[in-house]
This record gives sequence, structure tokens and C-alpha cells, in this order.
Amino acid sequence: MTVALSGKDIAGRLEEKFPGSIEESGPDSLVVKSDSLLAVAGYLKDTGGLEFNFLNYITAVDYYSYFEVVYQMTSLKHNHSIVMKTRCYGRENPSVPSVISLWQAADFQEREIYDLMGIKFEGHPNLKRIFLWEGFQGHPLRKDYL
Amino acid sequence: MTTTEMMTFKTEPFILNFGPVHPSTHGVYRMRATLDGEVIIDIEPVVGYLHRGIEKLAEERTYSGFIPLTDRLDYISPMSNNLGYCLAVEKLAGIKVPERGDYLRVIIAELQRLANHCIAVGSFLNDCGAYYTPFMYAFRERERIIDLFDMVCGQRLTYNYMRIGGVSQDIPDEFLPALQKLVKRMPRWVDEYDFLLMQNEILLARTKGVGILPKETAISCGITGPVARASGVNWDLRKNDPYSIYDRFEFDIPTGETGDCYDRYRVRMEEMRQSLRIIEQAMKDIPAGPVRADVPHLIRPPKGEAYARLEAPKGELGYYLVSDNSIAPYRCHIRPTSLINLTALREMVKGWKVADLIAIFGSIDITMGEVDR
Repeated sequence: MTVALSGKDIAGRLEEKFPGSIEESGPDSLVVKSDSLLAVAGYLKDTGGLEFNFLNYITAVDYYSYFEVVYQMTSLKHNHSIVMKTRCYGRENPSVPSVISLWQAADFQEREIYDLMGIKFEGHPNLKRIFLWEGFQGHPLRKDYL
Repeated sequence: MTTTEMMTFKTEPFILNFGPVHPSTHGVYRMRATLDGEVIIDIEPVVGYLHRGIEKLAEERTYSGFIPLTDRLDYISPMSNNLGYCLAVEKLAGIKVPERGDYLRVIIAELQRLANHCIAVGSFLNDCGAYYTPFMYAFRERERIIDLFDMVCGQRLTYNYMRIGGVSQDIPDEFLPALQKLVKRMPRWVDEYDFLLMQNEILLARTKGVGILPKETAISCGITGPVARASGVNWDLRKNDPYSIYDRFEFDIPTGETGDCYDRYRVRMEEMRQSLRIIEQAMKDIPAGPVRADVPHLIRPPKGEAYARLEAPKGELGYYLVSDNSIAPYRCHIRPTSLINLTALREMVKGWKVADLIAIFGSIDITMGEVDR
């Protein structure tokens, strides 16, 4: 059985290592500030005992006042998982760092989020629309898109 | 002209467009291949021809109203898609499925795996050049399974059989005897493929050592299902994170060693045998009782989010749902197995010939409905 690790516990460890990187934490998930996302994700992936080597999925949710990007990672070695989130405020030009350097699985999924939700992933080598055609106006999964 | 003079001929990469409408692209997949003669230097996948905005449509439907749309994702295995979505809503709303419902779900999901692998193996062999004979053999078997599905839900392709809290209706009396017959016959059919193909010289030459996917790449690219297991990743959600009642059955997880096309083919064949084992056990233990929990038509799950996943025939299929306590999901994200399994294709085909590209692509087994959603 995959154990869902408590976001609070992991957030405590992260706070020691990267002070000020955690925005919020709960029993199911932790919210990381987007500027320390890459460092935190790298730490979660490479630290012994955690080793989240498998990225299940990335998705994004539009909460009007901010976008939330959700990452779920699993460690195939220890069979535990964690949900990490990050928020980007402002609807004009939201962006978060790309995690493609850590997990290649992010490639198409980040492009999908960029296409449908309009969030830019900095550092993605080929960030362009994936499903919709070039020149399409708007991002359909946003709540204000009709 | 001397040989030396010929060697100094100017050459340049050639761009070849595959698809989107091409029999070997399994739907409307398109790739731009850059070739050096017949050798592939790079490919660029182009998808989106079947994008219907299903995730957006989910936000405008009730929780139960979305189930028929899940059939249209991976239309080769709609039952697994139904089940994945229902598991997610049940997790979100805290609904418990009655025992018989769970057993029926397992039987149907495993039958779906058999049907999917029939197509996967059949069309893969088609791509390898065994033109349509094995495909028709595989379709013969799949037809028997489709007949069973027809029996339980009256549909042959888009079943819409799973419901939140169970399944839509109990099985008819003739279902279990018919299933018994299938389970008895099927191993012989699987052996028949083995007999015809496993030692076939041409198939071995086309698949052994071709399109190797190393274990580390598979994990980094998020590859799941038979493709990952063929590369030696011993990961199957039915064992590693059992959902429904999979912890009650005995079965093995077949894995490969090299991660080539042949291993992917072999793992699928072995998985068919293991699925039959599960069905046999489930058939024996199936209890009487209701098949569906008492769930109202309109449910309002409490505020929150849930991710439920299952081992679909192609790999990890998951649904991420966010509820705002209304009758429709606030957000519904589908983890697309087929799309993520394509991530590694580029690495896998570099350096191989065009004909191998078709074989490697076929061995991944994707459905465009799920890639594009």
C-alpha cells in the first residue's frame, strides 16, 4: 500500500533545510513558494529516505485569485507519496519553474498546462501549445474562459 | 565516379511527416521525423487532433453525468476509465461499494485488460509486418469478451457500466456460465499466439533488442504499465497500492529485463494469463447481494480534493478531482497514461530505422482518445 506522507512532517523538514520556502502545509499536501520550488523538488527527489523518483502527474487548478500547480510524486523504492503544490498569483503572466530537469515526465504535462491554463514554465526547452493550434486565443481551462 | 568522390557528396537531413492519418499511428497521431537516409535522427510528436476538452466538459456536468464521457478517453478500454473515475468520486465522497459490486468490477476490469491486450498485441504484430492475420486472431478473442460486456450493459464499445458506488446493474444469469467457458478457452488461444509467434524468426529479428527503454529512463519519464514492467520496473498498482479488492487475489507481476519491443510484447502476453487467474478466483468467490450502494443521483461531495488511480491496461490511470461542494466537479484532471507513456518515444527511436519506428511506436500501445482528451 502506498503511504501518503503527511505534508506537515515533510514541511517541517523542508523548513529547516530551506527556511521560508513553505507557504502552507496540511495533512495531505504542502504548498511551496514558487521561487524555491526547484530546490525543494530536487531535495525531495534526491534525499535518502524520501527519494521521490517518480512523478505521477502535474496539473493546475484555477482558483480565481491564484493558480495552483499540483505535483504528486511517488517513491517506487519506499512506496510512499506526497502532494506538493505551488501557487502563482496574478492572471496576466503566471509562471513557475519547470521541473523537467528532475523528471522528464514533466515534458508534455507542462506543455499541456501552458496550453490550457496559460501558466508559463520557466526553463522548459520546448514550451508551446500541445493540443490547440498556434494562434489560438486564450486558455480554455481557466474559469473565466467561456 | 570513384568511391571517394561519392563519399564527399553533400547530404542533408530529410524531414518525413507521419500521419496524422496513417494506419500505423493508431488514430490521429502525427510525428515529424528527421531522417539521415533511413536512420532516425529525431522525431517531434504533434498531438491534439482529437482534443475535445473533456476536462472542461467535466466542470459542467454532474458527478454521475461525467461517466459516459470517460468512455471516450481510452476507447479501447472504457471499463477501466469508468472505474477510475468512480473510484475517485467514491474517495472524494466517502462512498463504500458493496461486496458483489467490487467483485463484478474486478472481473470486468480484468476482462477489459484481456480485450485491450488483444488489440495491443494484434496491432503491434500488424505494425511488425504480420499483416492482419494475428490481428484478426486477436479480434476473434476480443469479440468473445465484447459479447460478455454486451450481456452486462448492452453496449459493445462505450459501456458506461460502472456507477458511483458500484455497477449499473447485476449480471444476467447466463453471464457466469459464458464467462466460465471463456476462461477455459482463452489460455489455449494465448498459447496459440505463443506457438505461432514467440519463436518466429522474423518477429524476433524485428523486436529483439529493438527500441530499448532503460529502467532509469522509464522511471524518469513517468512510464507505467506493461511498458515500464518490460523495462524491469516492478510496479503494478494492483500489488503496490491495491484498490478495490485486488489484495484478495493471487497473481504474479510479469516483468522483462531488457526493455525491448519483444519484452513489451511478452509482458502483455503473460499479463493476459495472470488476468485469467484473477478472473477465475473472483468468479469462485463472488458473493450474492446488492451491486450498488444507495447513492443519490446528485451527490455533493464535501469540499476537498482526491486523486484515485488504478492499473489500467496501459498503465497508471488517475483522476484528480477538486470539489467545491456543488453538484459538479470544480476541476477534473485525468492522468493520461497514453500521453505520458509517449514521453520516452523520442529517446527510444533515435538511431533506429523508419520501419523500427513503427514497431517501437506500436509496442507502446496508446489510444489517441486518451492522449488528446
